[in-house]
Amino acid sequence: MNTPAETASTPKRREWPLWEVFIRGQHGLNHRHVGSLHAPDAEMAIKNARDVYTRRNEGVSIWVVEARHIAASSPSDKGPLYEPSESKVYRHPSFFDIPEDVGAM
Amino acid sequence: MYAQMVKSEASKDDPDKLAAFQARIDAGDKIEPKDWMPAGYRKTLIRQIGQHAHSEIVGQLPEGNWITRAPTLERKAILLAKVQDEAGHGLYLYCAAETLGVSRDELTEMLLDGRMKYSSIFNYPTLTWADMGAVGWLVDGAAIMNQVPLQRTSFGPYSRAMIRICKEESFHQRQGYDIMMKMCQGTDAQKRMAQDAMNRFWYPALMMFGPSDKDSVHSAQSMTWKIKMNTNDELRQKFVDQTVPQAEYLGLTIPDPDLVWNDDKGGYDFSEPDWSEFFDVIQGNGPCNTERLAARNKAWDDGAWVRDGLMAHAEKRAARKVAAE
Repeated sequence: MNTPAETASTPKRREWPLWEVFIRGQHGLNHRHVGSLHAPDAEMAIKNARDVYTRRNEGVSIWVVEARHIAASSPSDKGPLYEPSESKVYRHPSFFDIPEDVGAM
Repeated sequence: MYAQMVKSEASKDDPDKLAAFQARIDAGDKIEPKDWMPAGYRKTLIRQIGQHAHSEIVGQLPEGNWITRAPTLERKAILLAKVQDEAGHGLYLYCAAETLGVSRDELTEMLLDGRMKYSSIFNYPTLTWADMGAVGWLVDGAAIMNQVPLQRTSFGPYSRAMIRICKEESFHQRQGYDIMMKMCQGTDAQKRMAQDAMNRFWYPALMMFGPSDKDSVHSAQSMTWKIKMNTNDELRQKFVDQTVPQAEYLGLTIPDPDLVWNDDKGGYDFSEPDWSEFFDVIQGNGPCNTERLAARNKAWDDGAWVRDGLMAHAEKRAARKVAAE
């Protein structure tokens, strides 16, 4: 995801906004972020995404969203967000010893 | 490569932060856009990725020259697909650079007014159809040498762009070699054309790796940051070792009388390109510098009304939608 460079040296015209592109690679899979591109509106963003990101059958469906609409966690939140789950090993099935005689479980 | 002689920036950041940053790099972490990074790392990467992106875009010109003159419809379709890929590669890279806080239009303007460079190789003309073969085989071949290790570069968006690019680049090299094979199996005149293309592109291809950087402080810094993975000489050697047997298969002669296998180092000894020519070309005095930049400037200026028109249309529609709600 990109930070819009509004620090630019006096842009003469408005640049096309930045869009993030998500592609469903095959039926049954989630859409995945593949990259970004510039386009004036959503319709053009999908057309451009098709040309830039699916030239070799990489997708069956495209989502685009303007980059400024994406809210993201910050790297400094890593501790508070993810550390609590590190101590909860019992959330994984391998935490429990099940006797072999019980069979597949 | 597509990025030659990229100057690295010294960092005047807090030494503790610098050390922590370097530790992340040494541990093989990927640096993402929102992570803290030294100002020098950011600046050097903008320069390097920008130059790489510009090379992809300007690189369309020498090949675009032959699209309408391709010998068959199939060759034309293939070349068109290749040139379209180059545009795509440029776009992936501009997006990667943009994550560092520079905009694509700013980068474009720096290319157009000469503040930023593109690879020296694209300042050479493509005179015959065999040049399409030589460019794909040698120029894309040299680019791959550099781009494959860069997939492991420390900056996440750059690494991901390189992974996408490398997937597509192998098609480029193979289509070039395929053209060369066809020419070399052809008439004497066609073989001569293939040899002539090889003669003209061999040294410019070797120059793509840039001058020896054994003692360069910039290269050392970039290698510590893992934004440069090998020295220029290492990559050039690898390229020569890989290319010589391919030329032999084609029955082409490498235009270097001093080229000889060296058992001790397990590689070929070869002549250095003429570095004064290289410096001349990057300073703007190559055979096609003026033409290339003029073509990019014309495309940018001629396209201005389209960019503005589409933006105005999008804004008008958005305003109408708000009014209707």
